[in-house]
Amino acid sequence: MSEIQAKDTGGGKGGKKRAKKMSTKIDMTPMVDLAFLLLTFFMLTTTFAKPNVMQLTMPVKDKNIKPDEETQIKASQAVTIILAPDDKVFYYFGLNKPEDKSVPVPEIKVTNFSATGIRQVLLARMKQEPAPIVLIKPYNVGDKTAKYKNMVDILDEMNITNQQKYALVDIAKTDVDLIKKQNLL
Amino acid sequence: MPKVKPHRTSPSLDMTPMVDLAFLLVTFFMLTTQFRPDEAVVVDPPSSTSDFKAPDSDILTLAVDAKKRVFWGYDKAPIKDATLRAVATKYGVTFTEAQIKQFSLLPNFGVPIQQLGSYLDKDTEQRKALNPTLPGIPYDSLNNQMMDWVIEARKANARLFQKPTYLAIKGDGNADVGTVQKVIKELQEKDINRFNLVTSLEMKPSYIGK
Repeated sequence: MSEIQAKDTGGGKGGKKRAKKMSTKIDMTPMVDLAFLLLTFFMLTTTFAKPNVMQLTMPVKDKNIKPDEETQIKASQAVTIILAPDDKVFYYFGLNKPEDKSVPVPEIKVTNFSATGIRQVLLARMKQEPAPIVLIKPYNVGDKTAKYKNMVDILDEMNITNQQKYALVDIAKTDVDLIKKQNLL
Repeated sequence: MPKVKPHRTSPSLDMTPMVDLAFLLVTFFMLTTQFRPDEAVVVDPPSSTSDFKAPDSDILTLAVDAKKRVFWGYDKAPIKDATLRAVATKYGVTFTEAQIKQFSLLPNFGVPIQQLGSYLDKDTEQRKALNPTLPGIPYDSLNNQMMDWVIEARKANARLFQKPTYLAIKGDGNADVGTVQKVIKELQEKDINRFNLVTSLEMKPSYIGK
């Protein structure tokens, strides 16, 4: 405790008030105690920081399934997100089957990864169609390709918007042709 | 007469031995700390809001950088020892005990097995200088050394410790998706379907309009 050692004057001029001669000496013991306590606490309780991971589970590749038997997705539920180069995001609703005349040709729209981008698009879609199936297709033609960062960002958006069904698939030639036809790249 | 005589002198403690001890400890740690060996490649992972932590041990890390190179790493030394021996016999390359020992201390590496011997013979400084020019581990279908390393490591971990191996993919933000997809596809061919993508932490958005 900080104490002021007062020198007992004793004697001296009796009766008269006299300024006492004081010296201040601060005792550092509690501070050192606290330092060692903190040090011991942290020595015993710290653990190394582990990196954060995002879990990705791919479906089992069953080599015996023929392409016709694969699950057909309903046009009303399908949402395709194409990861384009330069951090752009293309998307369209419905299916893209140019060979099937009964299926209308979808219109590709452009957005980005900001908070007003693909997230809002997905949330708006979920108001109309509560359980969409999202197909994520990274653009990978020749030199122009999407970045890994885009893939992680879109998987992140899936988590944020709480999508239950989404899959990472290869981009089909029909999609590449559609992009070229609509002059987006 | 007061019961307790008023104490006039305060106790004083001589702090010298404590300071001596503090300096002794500092000197001891200064002389005995060893730095962790440098990783062959520094990858800058993208950020995500995922707050899952990496598993504690038995992690096989495949680092993919922007130049399409793949680096293999494992966190347990005995597994690296066993894996090197297995892959070496598969490719008909021999390693000395010193090289094997050196290998089990490296956190990761990225050279084809034919060049691994000379890479291990170099010392830390030379390796550090070489690291940006390393070719990475081959992963094309004709020379798929990467899959051999992955499979042998999983076999070794199952045999020696009876534990499953977690696969972590540490990609650089600017790496192209095609390379990562290729790596994932090759792993899927061997029935490995669960991956951990290493990311740095990002804040979750505070309000999501529903």
